[in-house]
Amino acid sequence: MSSTLRLFWLFVAAAILVPFFPQIVYPIFMMKVLCYGLFACAFNLLLGYTGLVSFAHAAFLGSAGYVTGALMIRHADRIGTEVAILAGVATAAAIGAVIGGLAIRRKGIYFAMITLALSQIVYFLAVQFRWTGGEDGLQGIPRGRLFGLVDLTSDNAIYGFTLVVFVAGFLLVHRIIHSPFGQILRAIRDNEPRAISLGYDTDRFKLLAFVLSAAVAGLAGALKALVFQLVSLNDVSLHTSTEVVLMTLLGGLGTIWGPLVGAALVVGLQNYLATLGDMVTIVIGLIFIVCVSFFRLGLVGEFLRLRKSA
Amino acid sequence: MFDIPLPAVLAQVTIGLINGCFYAMLSMGLAIIFGLLNIINFTHGAQFMMAAFITWIGLNQLGPWLGFPELQLGFWASLVVAPLIVAAVGMGLERLLLRRLAHLDHLYGLLLTFGVALVTEGAFRHGFGVSGQGYDPPEMLQGPIDIGFMMLPRYRLFVVVASLAICLATIWLFERTRLGAYLRAGTENPRLLQAFGINVPVMITLAYGFGVGLAGLAGVLAAPIMQITPLMGGNLLNIIFAVVVIGGLGSISGAMVTGLGLGLIEGITKVVYPEASTVVVFVIMALALLLRPAGLFGRET
Repeated sequence: MSSTLRLFWLFVAAAILVPFFPQIVYPIFMMKVLCYGLFACAFNLLLGYTGLVSFAHAAFLGSAGYVTGALMIRHADRIGTEVAILAGVATAAAIGAVIGGLAIRRKGIYFAMITLALSQIVYFLAVQFRWTGGEDGLQGIPRGRLFGLVDLTSDNAIYGFTLVVFVAGFLLVHRIIHSPFGQILRAIRDNEPRAISLGYDTDRFKLLAFVLSAAVAGLAGALKALVFQLVSLNDVSLHTSTEVVLMTLLGGLGTIWGPLVGAALVVGLQNYLATLGDMVTIVIGLIFIVCVSFFRLGLVGEFLRLRKSA
Repeated sequence: MFDIPLPAVLAQVTIGLINGCFYAMLSMGLAIIFGLLNIINFTHGAQFMMAAFITWIGLNQLGPWLGFPELQLGFWASLVVAPLIVAAVGMGLERLLLRRLAHLDHLYGLLLTFGVALVTEGAFRHGFGVSGQGYDPPEMLQGPIDIGFMMLPRYRLFVVVASLAICLATIWLFERTRLGAYLRAGTENPRLLQAFGINVPVMITLAYGFGVGLAGLAGVLAAPIMQITPLMGGNLLNIIFAVVVIGGLGSISGAMVTGLGLGLIEGITKVVYPEASTVVVFVIMALALLLRPAGLFGRET
């Protein structure tokens, strides 16, 4: 077992203890961190390991949340929660295929702008459609029963479920990164012309990475919809897309732990600064500037660098 | 669309043309900055907003702030002062922060300007709230004017004429003057230009200031038309990005033509099928990517 995975199981063990000690960490805070952590892991797969900047990830998080939420609101008595989640993930993957398919036709800066512009369409649709609740979003989403058997309504049940889904998602991303496929993604990130010259159809790999990333982001979105029992326009907005960039950057691009650390910090910061209102935007902007200017490797990245040089 | 009265069509086309003017000025600024700095300036919207706010502050707040209630900075003064302030702040930003990232992946420049945009928007939101401020056009531009086939608010006509003049002047500057030749050369091959004894770092700062100044000019012109809110620039910038993807960042005149064209198309869509008017630019972008991946006037980077 690699040291990363050993550390991961240690983290999971600590996370299992959280509901027993709510005076130390609120379970609801922990669930938020897990959802955003998974979201940032998905994003990191694309930015950190494939070198593609997407400003569309809120569209995946939000669309999966909307589909899962709307299905649960209407059919919670007929379908298991897992069906709603799968439908949400499939939606995110499909939107990812469309946005990714268009965006990979251009490179670099254009790629980022195309994802940003296309995610606006998803936002407008979420405002226009009736089933998304428009400006109100979806509220009071029932958590339903998993496989029709396990009732997820109680706080402990949803906590356990969130943790299980997070572990599955994290291990999936870890697996992808360390597979031969992940190696090719890194080759594309570091030197795309060379990857092409080695005979790889880089567009196909990039698209697949994009769709995988979108699907995992969708998983995080579906999970978040169930945990908080609401989906709002904020989930599909540019604001959320930039938050996930910040989480990944702050934690460390292209590191396994970075996104999770970054998500915990940003979620914690939001809780801490919630009373300050507009100041949150300013603080987040300042963190962006400081991160980009002075420690581009992020917290985990800098830590790894220091350990290596020590 | 034949059952729609002609005045309504003309009104929407005019609004489309005016939006197109703003798209043109903003995307030209982006293209200029991209040419020399190789980054997409995410702060562009915030800088546009800043100029509009400076205009508003100059008229309504400056005097009381300084203790001279009589003191006012009128529209015409703002048209000169606000872009200069915005450009100066921008050049400071380029010198202090952006320059340090020039040798890195373009991603970092993009993220930095994005962070600056967040701080700027947050600061203005903190200071002025999100509700919109109104601004009256200067007296000589108030009221309608008859341009033969329709009545048009004087100020709107002024915006169209002024923006077109600004765009054409910019193109003239870039295509016909020595400074423009240096700037174009800097886009093509900065090292060679430096070898010829041109101070390329200064050119880069100037180019950033100029691009941002264009956004500032657009912001002042927009003040009497749009609601002045901290979010006015960010919302516009999303559309500008689509415009820039369609037209490509390689050509300044291309940015102008695409901007005007898309503004008009948006205006016409508002008449024919209003629901689609907010997304039509993005849909066109998707189509353009399928049909002409390198952009209408673009070249692959």
